[in-house]
Amino acid sequence: MILILLAGTAVLLALALAGAVVKGQGRSLYAIASFVAFLSAILALISLPARPETLVLPLGLPWLGWHFRLDPLSAFFLLVVDLGAASSSLFAIGYGRHEAEPGRVLPFFPLFLASLQLVVLAADAFSFLFSWELMSLASWALVLVQHRDHESIRAGYVYLVMALLSGLALLLSFGLLAGAAGSYEFAAMRLAHPAPGLAVLALLLALIGTGAKAGLVPLHAWLPLAHPAAPSQVSALMSGVMTKVAVYAFLRIAFGLLPVPPGWIGLLVLALGGITSVLGVLYALMQHDLKRLLAYHTVENIGIIFIGIGLAMVFRAAGGEEAAAALALTAALFHVLNHSLFKSLLFFGAGAVDRATGTRDMERGGGLIHRMPQTAFFFLIGCAAISALPPLNGFVSEWLTFQAILLGPGLPEWGPKIIIPVAGALLALAASLAAACFVKAFGITFLGRPRSREAAEAAETDRFSLSAMGILAVLCFLAGIFPAAVINAFAPVSRALLGAAMPAQSHLPWGTIIPVAAARSSYDGSAIFLLILAVTVLAIAGARHLAAHAVRRAPAWDCGFPDPRPVTQYTATSFAEPIRRVFGPVLFGAASIVRMPPPGATGPAQIKNVLHDRLWEMFYDPVAIAVARLAEAANHLQFLTIRRYLFFVFAALVMLLFSLALLQ
Amino acid sequence: MGAVAIEALQMAFVLLAAPGLVGIVRAVKARFLRREGPPLIQPYRQLARLLGKEVVLAHNASWLFRTAPYLILALTWAAASVVPTFSTHIIFARLGDLIVITALLGSARFVLALAGLDIGTSFGGIGASREVMFASLAEPAMLMIVVTLAITAGSTQLSSIAAFMLSPVLGLRISFALALVALGIVALAENGRIPVDNPATHLELTMVHEAMVLEYSGRHLAMIELAAALKLLLMISIIICIFFPFGLGGTGATGFLLGLASYAAKLGIAAVLLGIFEVSLAKMRVFRVPELLGAGLMLGLLATLLLYVSRSL
Amino acid sequence: MGLGFDIAHMLAGLMVLASLLLLYQDRLTALINVLRLHGFILALAVAWQAHIQSAPELFVSAAIALLVKALVIPGALDRIVERLGIHRNVETVGGIGLTMFAGMALVALSLRVMLPVTAAADPVSRQDIALALSVVLIGLLIMVTRRNALGQVAGFLSLENGIDLAAAGARGMPLVVELSVAFSVLIAFIVIGIYLFRIRERFDSVDLAALESFRGERR
Repeated sequence: MILILLAGTAVLLALALAGAVVKGQGRSLYAIASFVAFLSAILALISLPARPETLVLPLGLPWLGWHFRLDPLSAFFLLVVDLGAASSSLFAIGYGRHEAEPGRVLPFFPLFLASLQLVVLAADAFSFLFSWELMSLASWALVLVQHRDHESIRAGYVYLVMALLSGLALLLSFGLLAGAAGSYEFAAMRLAHPAPGLAVLALLLALIGTGAKAGLVPLHAWLPLAHPAAPSQVSALMSGVMTKVAVYAFLRIAFGLLPVPPGWIGLLVLALGGITSVLGVLYALMQHDLKRLLAYHTVENIGIIFIGIGLAMVFRAAGGEEAAAALALTAALFHVLNHSLFKSLLFFGAGAVDRATGTRDMERGGGLIHRMPQTAFFFLIGCAAISALPPLNGFVSEWLTFQAILLGPGLPEWGPKIIIPVAGALLALAASLAAACFVKAFGITFLGRPRSREAAEAAETDRFSLSAMGILAVLCFLAGIFPAAVINAFAPVSRALLGAAMPAQSHLPWGTIIPVAAARSSYDGSAIFLLILAVTVLAIAGARHLAAHAVRRAPAWDCGFPDPRPVTQYTATSFAEPIRRVFGPVLFGAASIVRMPPPGATGPAQIKNVLHDRLWEMFYDPVAIAVARLAEAANHLQFLTIRRYLFFVFAALVMLLFSLALLQ
Repeated sequence: MGAVAIEALQMAFVLLAAPGLVGIVRAVKARFLRREGPPLIQPYRQLARLLGKEVVLAHNASWLFRTAPYLILALTWAAASVVPTFSTHIIFARLGDLIVITALLGSARFVLALAGLDIGTSFGGIGASREVMFASLAEPAMLMIVVTLAITAGSTQLSSIAAFMLSPVLGLRISFALALVALGIVALAENGRIPVDNPATHLELTMVHEAMVLEYSGRHLAMIELAAALKLLLMISIIICIFFPFGLGGTGATGFLLGLASYAAKLGIAAVLLGIFEVSLAKMRVFRVPELLGAGLMLGLLATLLLYVSRSL
Repeated sequence: MGLGFDIAHMLAGLMVLASLLLLYQDRLTALINVLRLHGFILALAVAWQAHIQSAPELFVSAAIALLVKALVIPGALDRIVERLGIHRNVETVGGIGLTMFAGMALVALSLRVMLPVTAAADPVSRQDIALALSVVLIGLLIMVTRRNALGQVAGFLSLENGIDLAAAGARGMPLVVELSVAFSVLIAFIVIGIYLFRIRERFDSVDLAALESFRGERR
């Protein structure tokens, strides 16, 4: 199995080479990539419950080789990667036609896909880090596709710095692990017993390394810059898939390679997750660039996933709570799958809107539901799913996370008892703000009256893009109404990581899921869907029978004062104003500066909204300034005589020998 | 009596009783303001009249605008069918718990807010943006109440919570009092009652719910009004089911009739209390409402924390 | 145990709630009313402790609490407000939402700190002490976040109520301590009253900002 999967990866690498030489839009290249990814998604699904397979190829470091392993965890994440890869390649068949410089996309896109697959299959530190950096570099090249745009250049720079930080932290983490194990192989690390302090340090480094890639606050700053800058199929991959690969790396290290860490690390992850989810969605609400809004929203969903992971770690550390840990982990995995589905869908929709109107600015959208009805419909399904509305899939995973949170107060220690309900409040806040955010995203972009000529004249997107969106929408829907099947599929992963899984949900009628006990809580996605459907039909039929049928078209009523100018509508900024007023002053230092002309003057009144990114100011600016100062200081070293350079080399050598002598 | 029959009866009952509940509230308010007030059946008449009228649609109304009223009613009705009102033996009780009910109401609100934005008028926008702002605080408050209940009752299932509340192990707990107050705040906000919003006005800048549905007419408006009435009944039913579940657990014909009678009586009392509450308060400024809802959220959290120092935990 | 504990717990919980209400209020008259309520609940809580501990001297404490904290001081504060003619809002540092959240965090913190420490103690006094500590902390928070001198008075008095609650919960608290505490409060109150009038005389306002600008401090 693993050989077939690697053959697929090899095809993708070959496509990357072909992309470097091929002329034109590369539609067949995307088609092949989509097909290969689709096949390997099916293989990953099949091998989910299978026994782990390993393979060593004579590549990489000569004494190490290149280790591959396909176990349930990597199979699941391979499935997520390949679903995203297949759909985004399909989307790109149509979308790629509009690319101004396809030569800047075609070689790197298949390379990015291949590196994503390699990361989840790698089974030694060297090949893992190599694939990880390949993934960073390929996506960095794709972020810089619009290389004449200043925003893109800045995004690319920040991204590169953060990717380096992430790689460095992971390198150190693996170094500590390998030092304890005496080998770079994951199999050896799994068996080693590092000292407790060392293990904690390695885990914290891994949290930094993977958190920086996943977009965990405060390491999220690059994400909303970089993800929107890339072409939309790449944005979907970066948001929907690459962040999940980072989650994979964290799970692999925290649950797969290290012994059970102390509970406070779980609480730390939980708290970071809670803060990330609320801050992410609040930032998202303040945006009016559709793709940037979606990127900030990725930060929120990563927070939700890390809430689940943190809970699983807390329950695992408590001992004797395997069932609760399995529930929390399953919830996190479910959300990983869900987010990869609906975030890709939403980025495709945003890309379609971008191509149709020439702008990602929501303030220039409006009324697109009439011009792009199918895109609007699929985008609406994505919005409803990400807002955690039943009966779609986003609700199921958040419901499961909440059920896990409700088990927290049963723990004996006081820390978790108090922090876990607070995390629950943060999760609930994030979920309800997400609904507000997507009412805004859909309502301002697709509803109302067009705010620009481009929006008024937009045309529906091509059928490849539509089918990619349609497939993902159907998957969102299926995962929502048959959650039991999805949960059962996760059982091998949970068993591999925790030694326990959620109780099998298959014997239950319909799509009922019962996380703990029937008297405690249950949810039936398919029955809820059928109920809603039946009642809707009943309501429509009732109205048909009882009500008058006449429909008259007329100008809008608007309390008697309709204004035909579209600028009188609510904009994205004004829609978010109440929420900005509630949360903004504290979190963002938001302020509105109003300048009214004096009475009698005819000049326009002005209002200016100011938002501060406090995290950026507190966290990144000082670091940047410090680095700049250091660089300034180090700059002098460039203009020394050769004798002084020799002195440095000599001093370094003596220092090294000296420390060696001290250590012995 | 079979669970299916009880469920069907409940679904019919809540739909038919909802406008009557609104009628009682209005009558009580009118009495306290020394007005004659409309007759109790006025809400029914209003619905009938709306159903008979033609629908006037704006030129740029989309399919979403036309399907939204039915969806809103259906989602609210589906949520109401999961709540045990006069009997815990309803077949849909296991379909979902309190979180699912909250989320179904959230879905209805999502659709309603989108419908408010569809025509592209400034009133629709103001209503939608304020509605989602209120909801962004009301929903977490609701979920904190769920946490409090789930810790003590060991369940988020309404029927289990009701059974727990009827059991003698309950004792006197301040957490429940706090949760009740918080739930009351949430219920007021969810239904746009005074002091959060004024359901009786149509032309006031502070309006929220009415601003969103301004463009609706005819049978569409009838569906939305019915859904709003149903939502009021639903929130009151949840409060009754959790905190005043007396007479709910009965089986057999007598127990069932007792449940129905006590439920009807409790609804009537709640409507009267709501009417008295509304006439004795003024509406808040819009930006005071988040503070109220934030207080509700904090009450929920406090209820959870205080549970830890109480007897059983 | 049983009902006795439940009622003690409920009264102590109500004290915390009343403290949070003090944080929530931003009008002076309402603030004083909540303070009155605070004192009243304190009297009830102390009386209930007297009942379940069968300690008659605590009834005296309860009576003192009722008289001084629920009637005399709030009444005096009402008169001050009337004489100074300040019915406006109390300005708070940071929004109400933020201070409420901070208050909740303080409650959580005091539970986290006190409950494990007092694990061996009798459950009634254990929960009393934990909740009393949160009342004290919230009282300090009120003093920190209010810009108005009267708000600071309210914070100080609620803090003192918290100390009283803790004293009542710990068995065998001598009445002498209680009396001296009550006296110190009265004296403090008189001092604060005079201080208020002096500020008012000098600056025509009880906003502490006026004082700060007088001292040349920056806000």
